Amino acid sequence: MQNTLAELKRGERAIIIDVSSIHIPLKLLEMGCLPGNLVELVQLAPFQDPMYLNINGTHLAIRKETAIHILIEKEV
Amino acid sequence: MSKQINVALIGNPNTGKTSVFNALTGLNQKVGNYPGITVEKKEGICKLPRGVKAHIIDLPGTYSLNASSLDENVVIELLLNKNDKDFPDIAVVVTDVENLKRNLLLFTQIKDLEIPTLLVINMADRMRYKGISLDIDYLEEHLQTKIALISTRKNEGIDNLKHLIANYKEVSVTPCINASDIDKEYFENLQKAFPNQLLYKLWLVITQDVNFGKTDRNEIEAVANFKTKSKADLKRLQQKETIKRYQFINNVLKHGQAIDVSQAKDLRSKLDRILTHKVWGYVIFFVILLTIFQAIYDWSSVPMDFIDNAFASLSEWTKNQLPEGAFTSLLAEGIIPGLGGIVIFIPQIAFLFLFISVLEESGYMSRVVFLMDRVMRRFGLSGKSVVPLISGTACAIPAIMATRNIESWKERLITILVTPFTTCSARLPVYLIIISLIIPEGRFLGLGYQALTLMLLYLIGFATAVLAAKILNNVLKIKSKTFFVVEMPNYKLPMIKNVALTVLEKTKSFVFGAGKIILAISIILWFLASYGPGDDFNNAETIIKTEYASQQLSEEEINQHIASYKLEHSYIGITGRAIEPAIRPLGYDWKIGIAIVSSFAAREVFVGTLATIYSVGNDDEATIKNRMAAEVNPILGGPLFNFASGISLLLFYAFAMQCMSTLAVVKKETNSWKWPTLQLFIMSGFAYIVALIAYQFLK
Repeated sequence: MQNTLAELKRGERAIIIDVSSIHIPLKLLEMGCLPGNLVELVQLAPFQDPMYLNINGTHLAIRKETAIHILIEKEV
Repeated sequence: MSKQINVALIGNPNTGKTSVFNALTGLNQKVGNYPGITVEKKEGICKLPRGVKAHIIDLPGTYSLNASSLDENVVIELLLNKNDKDFPDIAVVVTDVENLKRNLLLFTQIKDLEIPTLLVINMADRMRYKGISLDIDYLEEHLQTKIALISTRKNEGIDNLKHLIANYKEVSVTPCINASDIDKEYFENLQKAFPNQLLYKLWLVITQDVNFGKTDRNEIEAVANFKTKSKADLKRLQQKETIKRYQFINNVLKHGQAIDVSQAKDLRSKLDRILTHKVWGYVIFFVILLTIFQAIYDWSSVPMDFIDNAFASLSEWTKNQLPEGAFTSLLAEGIIPGLGGIVIFIPQIAFLFLFISVLEESGYMSRVVFLMDRVMRRFGLSGKSVVPLISGTACAIPAIMATRNIESWKERLITILVTPFTTCSARLPVYLIIISLIIPEGRFLGLGYQALTLMLLYLIGFATAVLAAKILNNVLKIKSKTFFVVEMPNYKLPMIKNVALTVLEKTKSFVFGAGKIILAISIILWFLASYGPGDDFNNAETIIKTEYASQQLSEEEINQHIASYKLEHSYIGITGRAIEPAIRPLGYDWKIGIAIVSSFAAREVFVGTLATIYSVGNDDEATIKNRMAAEVNPILGGPLFNFASGISLLLFYAFAMQCMSTLAVVKKETNSWKWPTLQLFIMSGFAYIVALIAYQFLK
């Protein structure tokens, strides 16, 4: 099932399917946010935003408004 | 002939690049600026085997060669410009063993520039913890480089690194991958158009948004005009390039690196669960701040008293030892008290920098960014604004420069505009001396009243910054793309050497930077206070003696009357009394007025100025604080620094924009005079009104 990264719940993992290159800064891609890579939601900040992610071994935080432009497929 | 080897240290942020720099150079380092811009330039000298020396530049941390900020631009500019005197003979890419995959992206890009590139894998001491093992020979072969596996924490592998740098000619310059594969036709055309240039260099120039300063402009412009692709197409190609690089890196690491996850100890998630908790996270953050302010107050009181007394004695001693005259008086009444006014704050400033550098080194600061982003966004700021706002407690100048990593221009501009409200270390001298005069000692729940007042002033500073941001957010009509990416680095025990060097460097630059201004101002002030125009000043002795002739006064009292009469009719006294009507409603006399005026150069001048004004004509040995406490309000009687005027003064300093250097940096960072001008008038006007209300209400 395909979702956006913004819908991932705490502790869940998924595979990145597609990244909208217009909306996503190059910097995020360079940090490993690329199709095929594994992403895990480590922690949600208070008020549910930003999201603390582990993408491909890199730990980083992004806002939900960015996460909706990243398509994922959840691990079953 | 001994030639220096030029070495450029390059790496992602949080890889311990600066630790490597410190390990190589020790105290042989200096910090300056790149010409024309406010980016910090760190360079140093390292002695290599056989008497060879290396000149090492610690370049700003960057994730790739695609610059998105001024700092990152510095890296590319240097690597693309063979004529730069700092152009590296060898590039040393520093990586963190735990983030090797991501760190290698930058490495492969630099390799494509065909510069000899050495790979440093740092934090080797963490390998066992994380169950990581590396096949160095395999990695060296496939990455076409030499590898130095080091641990700056354990001081291991540094000699080997020096050895490899000394033999830089043996390091391969063959690229790892062929980036032009991503669009063969396009790259062929590009090469045809510019046959003498390195293809990857051309590609970098085309895709950068940034300006190239030092590189040959004509050439760069010609390349940049090679527009056969739209911006969106170029970005798609960059994405393709990034994927291609990661494919290569993944392949190499599949064989060259093994990670046994069962061995990994996960301190990070345990700490994160507490430190980013929705309740405890904030509680801990607040407790940390509280502890810092209490510590700044408690730990530094002893050395401060010592310094204060030492300067008072030094001034007295100078007067007694040197023959009487203008020079002695300049030294004892102008320069020494003026310098004392800055040296006294070294302990506190050093402690402040100590705490800030520990928070940053440990990785905690990123958690605060994460925790605060949602809250800060309501005020038009970013979670990343927290770092400038906190480091603004040291100095607004580096804080404003630290806003560069805020991606959205609107959020960044608002942060720049409100950062000067946070209580910088230059306000500390003013606060401390006034608090010690008007707030009684004593404790509440183990915290001193004086420390609590100080904490309150810091909170007022933050609160004003945040509220001003909210207003600006509603007023400013700027549309800019917002996005937010922050790396959450591993928790690390701060390295003593790094912290010590930071504290030393920052304190030194504070003291020398401020010291120069203070020295100049105290000489000018001494002159203005020691000389005056007309008969009133020159005949002070006769005037006073006639006036008090009927009263039986001791010689000492007469002398005091003469001194204060002289001061009142000196140049400074005349100026001071001219501005007195404007500041009297705030509860100040003309001497404070002079101190405030000179504070517009830099706030910390306030105490030095008062010290100089009060010393002129005063013979007794007294500390600055005692002299201020002894001042009497000329109109109302009673101490001049009482509760009402003290609070008014504290609030004035909390809000007024009194720092030329900050205004200059704001001008540079916003590239316009509009913003610093607005800051100066709005902040200072607001300060005046608040101080006025406070005094009128409390008196």
